[in-house]
Amino acid sequence: MKAFAVALLLMLATSVAFGIDSGDDFPDPVLQARYERLIHDLRCLVCQNESIADSNAGLAADLRREVREMLRAGKSDQEILAFMTDRYGDFVLFRPPFVARTWILWLAPALLLVAGAWIAARIVRQRQRLAREDADDSDLDAGSA
Amino acid sequence: MLRYLLPLGGLAVLVVFLFFGLHREPSIIPSPLIGKPAPPFSLPSVTDPSRQVTNATYRGRMYVLNVWGTWCVGCREEHSALLAIARTNVVPIVGLSWKDDRPLAIEWLKQLGDPYVECAFDADGRVAIDWGVYGAPETFLVDAQGRVIHKHIAPLTEAIWQRDFLPRIQAAAGTRP
Repeated sequence: MKAFAVALLLMLATSVAFGIDSGDDFPDPVLQARYERLIHDLRCLVCQNESIADSNAGLAADLRREVREMLRAGKSDQEILAFMTDRYGDFVLFRPPFVARTWILWLAPALLLVAGAWIAARIVRQRQRLAREDADDSDLDAGSA
Repeated sequence: MLRYLLPLGGLAVLVVFLFFGLHREPSIIPSPLIGKPAPPFSLPSVTDPSRQVTNATYRGRMYVLNVWGTWCVGCREEHSALLAIARTNVVPIVGLSWKDDRPLAIEWLKQLGDPYVECAFDADGRVAIDWGVYGAPETFLVDAQGRVIHKHIAPLTEAIWQRDFLPRIQAAAGTRP
């Protein structure tokens, strides 16, 4: 029992923060926040549904190192993202730009919403008309009776 | 009538998208480098670290850049094809050893044969990033003007070489000023 308690205590004593990112934090919290945002916005190309922040692929580590170095060198977010898209294309961005090739991607939710609203409106109107016609019919029935 | 046609139309659109989706390989990402100048590099040679390998050597000539690593199964798979292509002497094949262990890379070339005119050693993967490499093996074709004209992702075979590379090499050689 005592051994169990000790084991339990030892387990609690260990750190649970096994981060993927092994680099040091930036001393400047603003820079650290920009770094965090950038690596979450960049796709890991090896394991495509992960950001380079979440991936432990070798390439993701290399790309985090590039982002880190560019931030240290005083590059802007745009410059860093441009560095990535020049090499890997828009695919590397989790938020692709609004261009001719991607407009359908961006507008599809709105278009589907409008289409859905139109269908819903039609159905509602049809039901109302049917209900009115029923009411009219029963009026007629009442009148003739 | 419309209430039957609408869902049917929606289904038809979905089927068309899914059908074309079947023939797309999501792991192959088109390179933005095609038609652009090849990123310059100068790295130590795998076999002789005191010697620099640079693509400036090939100015005015076509060349192939093959990215590989001894940790890469696909590279072992394509190696015999690379050797066969190298024997045809159509264009020089430059190697880029990506994030590898130098003794292992040297051993690999000794054991399996060396298809490369020279091979650069990219220890920290920076040149690979410049070329937009994300998974070995990758093979680039660079024309005499120093522009990347084709990129093949996944193991190369002689059939792919004949289908995708040779026609481009011939076309590029024909339009040379």
